[in-house]
Amino acid sequence: MIRSVLIGVLAVALAGTAFWGYKEHQEKNAVLLQAENTYQRSFHELSYRMDKLHDKIGTALAMNDDSSLSPQMTDIWRLSSEALSNVGQLPLSLMPFNKTEGFLANVGNFTYKTAVRDLNKEPLNDGETKTLQKLYKQSGEITNELRDVQHAILDHNLRWMDVQLALATQDEQADNAIIDGLKTVEKKVNSYANEDNGSPLMENTKKDHSFKNLSGGNVSQKKALQSGSKLFDIAPDAITVTKSGKGATLPIYSLSYQKGDKRGFLEISKKGGHPVSLIVSRPISEKKLSLHDGGNKALAFLKNTGFDNMQLFQSQEYDHTGVYSFLYEQDGVKIYPDTVNVKVALDNGDITGLTAQEYYMNHTQRDLPEPKLSKEEAKEKVNRGVDIQEQSLAVIDNDLGEEVLTYEFLGTMNNVTYRIYINAMDGREEKVENLSANEENYAANLS
Amino acid sequence: MSLGKRCVLPIIISCLLLGLQAVGLSAHKTYAFSDRVIQQGAIGDDVIELQARLQYLGFYRGKIDGVFGWGTYWALRNFQNEFGMKVDGLAGSNVKQKLVKASKYDKNYVKSQMYKQKNFRYYGGDGNTQPKSKPAAPTVSNVPPGYSQNDIKLIANAVHGESRGEPYEGQVAVAAVILNRVESPVFPNTVSGVIFQPGAFTAVSDGQIWLTPNETSKKAVLDAINGWDPSGNALYYFNPETATSSWIWSRPQIKRIGKHIFCS
Repeated sequence: MIRSVLIGVLAVALAGTAFWGYKEHQEKNAVLLQAENTYQRSFHELSYRMDKLHDKIGTALAMNDDSSLSPQMTDIWRLSSEALSNVGQLPLSLMPFNKTEGFLANVGNFTYKTAVRDLNKEPLNDGETKTLQKLYKQSGEITNELRDVQHAILDHNLRWMDVQLALATQDEQADNAIIDGLKTVEKKVNSYANEDNGSPLMENTKKDHSFKNLSGGNVSQKKALQSGSKLFDIAPDAITVTKSGKGATLPIYSLSYQKGDKRGFLEISKKGGHPVSLIVSRPISEKKLSLHDGGNKALAFLKNTGFDNMQLFQSQEYDHTGVYSFLYEQDGVKIYPDTVNVKVALDNGDITGLTAQEYYMNHTQRDLPEPKLSKEEAKEKVNRGVDIQEQSLAVIDNDLGEEVLTYEFLGTMNNVTYRIYINAMDGREEKVENLSANEENYAANLS
Repeated sequence: MSLGKRCVLPIIISCLLLGLQAVGLSAHKTYAFSDRVIQQGAIGDDVIELQARLQYLGFYRGKIDGVFGWGTYWALRNFQNEFGMKVDGLAGSNVKQKLVKASKYDKNYVKSQMYKQKNFRYYGGDGNTQPKSKPAAPTVSNVPPGYSQNDIKLIANAVHGESRGEPYEGQVAVAAVILNRVESPVFPNTVSGVIFQPGAFTAVSDGQIWLTPNETSKKAVLDAINGWDPSGNALYYFNPETATSSWIWSRPQIKRIGKHIFCS
């Protein structure tokens, strides 16, 4: 009797477990399917957009009227950015796919620059037309490859989840049609990068001043350790030194030490032995100094470390720490590319941070031209609604990454503060910044 | 900006004060400023008093929030201009004395109101009390331009999940890599796009990003946003002991910090 009851109970338990397992399995599949569908969507969209991109570049080549060319360029720019965002949603970060992303970014840069330009005054020149033709050919090839992969996926019901798995397990022999196909795409684009040498289409179009004007000869590790020990105010044998590897744009020595809960980290450039970056982390107790006092300490520190003619342009207080941005001033002109940031602990006024990467990257004694516009002429270029409060001359990096001399106007409109830069040579409005975004917040931990 | 350069009529204004009479004018101290110079970017009690006093006189029309932003800066400059002082936007002892002389400040009242009513404005009883639209959420500190508290929180989550236990500069470097990717043309160009790119960060894949970040990772993120980049402009990093991808080893290496190798 007991036995049959037991059998009955177990049978029910078994059936229950089976049912539960089946449910779990179903749920898991549903989740996997959802992830798979997101990947599929991104890929098919990418392929569609590449197709469109190719098509539109082709059309642009045949266009002659500027009034149709500009919108066309804008459209290509939009497509390239959307395609780029599709790539970002695919599980490819374990695989080198960044050449293709670079290609899309280049298309975007090129079309943006031409789209915002007044093509009436300055039509496409021969070089640009050639570039466009090249892009047309290349995008065609990429489109074909992607179509191929797409065909394989649809034909054989390939799944992106498998790609992810294959990439994650790093099975070199992984015979996956998707991976192979994308590798072919990547190889193709790579070959373009090689043949494009010298053209304006480089992988990274960001400005590259590259520490050209860093002064001084190479310093030894021992010398770096000495100056680090002085800056940290700590014995040299308590400091660990490492050298940067081959990939560093600026070869440096990294120095660090740990003493109780205080940790210091310092980078000294190999060339010239300049302090590029300093971070000291430690608990900061009660605030004893004001932000203003800290600013004076920061300025004094900069003077001692060999930064002359620096001017404070921004300061902020977080968690008992003052963060200060200084810029270099040459003959009364603010040089925004040459900035240095300094952190000061507001309990005892110690310097807890310095970053001078930007400064050393750009700093040099510049040949400043005489402004062609007078202050009044520049003022007229500013939006009439803006109530101008302060003005000065400044050098900034513009949209295209070039340094330009501008008039800087600080003004207000509808309780919002704006910083507006007007080119001092041709009156172009180079940049308008909205500065009031952080006014909305308020500090809740006011003691 | 309509920072009033209006006539200063403290007596009439004070008659209009809502509720101040109830608190009792004799109760408050006349001089509460500390002897520190207050400058733009500061936070705290001194700033609250400065804003309240400037508002009392009709120069400052923003919210009394204890953060010395641009609104306060222009109000202070207008005040300096009106009272014939050097216009530099710094509240030194001279300015503070003039302010104290010209205005009244009830610390307890202002502080209780600024927390109670999110729209507390017009201290000094300006009759023009138009309803204010959106109440801002309270935040604990200043925010670097261009980033919201939420962005900072999100990056701090990622940094904590990826590199807790690493030396401090290693955490700053991880935060800097995220920001470098946002800047880079070959990565998504938003913070969330970079962090949630499939497979980009192990902490995102295995859910460690949803651990509660500690104060250190938040500080590291603020440092990175403020321009510190110990990674040397790296776009990738990996742990050589657990890295599975052979491709990552082919990248030019910049440096090693703690357990991570940073590369471009």
